[in-house]
Amino acid sequence: MSLAWVNSVMPQLVMTVGLMVLLLVVAFRRSHALAMTLTVLILVVAGALIPQSIASGGEEVFGLIRLDGYGQFFNGLFLLAAIVTVLISFRYLEHRASNCEEFYMLILTATLGAMVMAAATHFATLILGLEILSISLYAMICYPQEGRLPLEAAAKYLVLSGVASTTMLFGMALIYAASGSLSFSALGQPIDSQGDNYYWVGQGMLIVGLAFKLSLVPFHMWTPDVYQGAPAPVTGFVATVSKGAVFAALLRYIVMSDVLSNASVALGISIIAVGSMVVGNLLALLEKNIKRILAFSSIAHVGYLLIALLVVAELDDPGIARETTMVYLAGYFLMTLAAFGVISALSISSNGEDNEQLADYQGLFWRHPILAAVLTTAALSLAGIPLTMGFIAKFYLFAAGVQGTLWILLWALVIGSAIGIYYYLRIVFTMTQSVATDGSMRAYVAPKETVVTAGVLGAALILFGVYPTPLIELVRGLITAFGA
Amino acid sequence: MNILALIMGLLAAGIAAAVSERIHEHAPRWISLIAFVVALIYTISAWLGAGSGTEEYARQVFPWIPRFGIQIYLVLDGLSLMLVALTAFLGIVAVVSSWSEISERHGFFQFNILWVMAGVVGVFSAFDLFLFFFFWEVMLIPMYFLIAIWGHENRAYAATKFFLFTQISGLLMLFAILSLVYFNYDATGVMTFDYFELRNTSLDPGVAWWLMLGFFVAFITKLPSVPVHTWLPDAHTQAPTAGSVILAGILLKTGGYGVIRFAVGLFPEASQDFASVGMLLGALSILYGGYMAYSQSDFKRLVAYSSIAHMGFILLGVYAFNEIAMQGAIVTMVAHGFSTAALFMMAGALQQRLHSRELSKMGGLWVLAPRMGAMTLFFVVASVGMPGLGNFVGEFLALLGAFQSHVPLTIAAAIGIVVAAVYGLSLMQRAFQGVPNPDVSEIEDFGAREMAVMILMMIGLVWLGVYPQHVLNLSAPVIASLGVVGL
Repeated sequence: MSLAWVNSVMPQLVMTVGLMVLLLVVAFRRSHALAMTLTVLILVVAGALIPQSIASGGEEVFGLIRLDGYGQFFNGLFLLAAIVTVLISFRYLEHRASNCEEFYMLILTATLGAMVMAAATHFATLILGLEILSISLYAMICYPQEGRLPLEAAAKYLVLSGVASTTMLFGMALIYAASGSLSFSALGQPIDSQGDNYYWVGQGMLIVGLAFKLSLVPFHMWTPDVYQGAPAPVTGFVATVSKGAVFAALLRYIVMSDVLSNASVALGISIIAVGSMVVGNLLALLEKNIKRILAFSSIAHVGYLLIALLVVAELDDPGIARETTMVYLAGYFLMTLAAFGVISALSISSNGEDNEQLADYQGLFWRHPILAAVLTTAALSLAGIPLTMGFIAKFYLFAAGVQGTLWILLWALVIGSAIGIYYYLRIVFTMTQSVATDGSMRAYVAPKETVVTAGVLGAALILFGVYPTPLIELVRGLITAFGA
Repeated sequence: MNILALIMGLLAAGIAAAVSERIHEHAPRWISLIAFVVALIYTISAWLGAGSGTEEYARQVFPWIPRFGIQIYLVLDGLSLMLVALTAFLGIVAVVSSWSEISERHGFFQFNILWVMAGVVGVFSAFDLFLFFFFWEVMLIPMYFLIAIWGHENRAYAATKFFLFTQISGLLMLFAILSLVYFNYDATGVMTFDYFELRNTSLDPGVAWWLMLGFFVAFITKLPSVPVHTWLPDAHTQAPTAGSVILAGILLKTGGYGVIRFAVGLFPEASQDFASVGMLLGALSILYGGYMAYSQSDFKRLVAYSSIAHMGFILLGVYAFNEIAMQGAIVTMVAHGFSTAALFMMAGALQQRLHSRELSKMGGLWVLAPRMGAMTLFFVVASVGMPGLGNFVGEFLALLGAFQSHVPLTIAAAIGIVVAAVYGLSLMQRAFQGVPNPDVSEIEDFGAREMAVMILMMIGLVWLGVYPQHVLNLSAPVIASLGVVGL
């Protein structure tokens, strides 16, 4: 057996070793700046090793994980999101926690968990990655020592996420009982007709568990509270890395196990998709809290993305589904992180709560033009308006849906987007209005590194919105290099 | 002519204007003015420079997103050229009309004006459906900002309504575009958004009808026509003067242009099946717009409703499906651009002086401001359809052609001209004639700057009214290339 697989898992190994190094460094010398720098360094090195890892073949390692272009693309995205989260957390944490260093270890473990999930081809690695990710997130959500909301959010997330994990585990057990395998590729069908019922009940429970993590309707109740309660940088991390990892794993599972060939599974997922698009957007209309708006918006966005998943059943080649998911999630990562970057930048000096009410953003265009421009870009991008990457992403979904002839879902996408425009526009409108002169507005000091990070994300949104070809070429290259 | 350079130039001027505010408060408006003047000269020189019989003044193709066969495909034919020139001209009008109206955030204001116009130029010259949709939306966002930031008392409602109407109908169009591309891909195996390729797609008539409808709804929302017109009175009334000028003068024309180029051009047979509905909506808009205009007491709102009526002639003319009527529709587009822009400029000037748009607060203003009175009279009469001026030629040709295809609807539409005379003269009467309003003792008359622009627009209307052949020559080959005339 060759050692090529070591090369393949190099990014994950660097993360693991880096984690231990950080642990030791913090044990000997507590310095917030040092811990932050070291974390960024580890993430950058891991990211830099990804191309080499892709070049070394992308084979399946021990039948547990496969490090192909698809998985490594997501790993790159997770690392990028982690770097952004570290950069926007730095000043934010300084004002909220006395010991900030451990936070970075949690970011590293959470990212590692996500990286394992995106590559998982086996139930064992799937659940392992998911738990590493989730357990780190509980601690990250309630990391600030002051305030009741983070604690409430963490408790809610802990309980509900735990329920979802156990549901999934039970589902996996049933599938195993019926098919005799835990590997994605080997569990296409139950062994005999007796196992049939177990098998499909198991599949249902597995999908319900994943839908919980993706906060799809009707399993979305926890989302707004957790988004609101968690510190803004962590919310951004939950919205991107956690959802992205689960979705990447779900798509790989769907493609490899071919469960969508069962019409009722496809119908169930379609209903969940339409429900998420419509309910997510409608509930967002009622909110005045920007974090809660983004929570409902993320529900709708994952609902949209399910179109890419459902295309798998309609077309022989899962390439378009992969491509759409990769482009869409890349766009979704950038715009969500940009939005939470702005919220974090504006919430530095507001002790306790974040600046998260819409009213706090009144006149932002005149108080801080750069942050206002970034938030506008992010909002328009989330709404799917051209010039921004959100449009390219939505265009991809349309193109995939039309190819898969999923007309009903496309109508839901049109209706959902139409409703969505209203609340995204309300954010933009609030920012354009004059600043209240009665002194009721809270002051804020936006730290430079947060502003720069958000600015870079905003610029990337426009750049890829106007000229997406490099990204598309990259994604297509990664897919064609590895086949199905 | 380099269209891409023109678009990029306007975008760059927008950024320059936004930045230049730091140097001097008034630098942005000068940059903006110069940019539009240069654009106008550039366009007109391309027109004059081309020999007679030219059908295409420019063509540029660059790859953009090869994955989907999307190109930057810009073509300037007669129709596009004329509308691009109108765009540049109305850009000048918009800048001048807001010369002293805007008191804050000059840089961002001019930025938005320049970006709207860049988007409009793109819309008029894009022959790749993706690119067209892209520009269609690009012009939307700056317009939203113009209303939302510099608008009047009820701007939040108006701006949001404007954005929602346009965006939702735009989504339907995107759906139709992608479906069309997919059907073409299914038949030929080539994915392309090329207008000329997609025109050859062979479609099942039922499918073609639905796709045509997707385009049609988007365009008549922008035009606007009954029953999707309700955003327009609000948007116009609340927008700052420059916003109204741009909105009425040029943004509405993108709807008319879209109907001709895409709804009819891509789906000729389906559009012909749809002709009676198109003409009916046109006639309804003419009568309804006129009726509503008469019952308004707000100067701007009155002009806004009159726009709906005038746009009805465009629908009527296009869906009559003969060359005369189509020519009439195109002349109406240009003439309405001048006359309505002038009236909105007047409404803005009055609001700036009287701090009100209510006609009841005006009256007898001619004595105080004779130049404004004379100008209003001229443009009211033009918009009513006085022979010798551009609007008359457009509406007359539209009616003449429409009469050949559908007599009852044409008669109904012709009644609309009488209604126009009623509300037009009543506007004149209430604002400038009659007993002077005792509350208004003194207002500043038009200065040289305003008069210069007004006179330019007068020349435009007289030129169109006396010798419309220039415009007819420009549009004739385009109409012929649609391949639907005379059926």
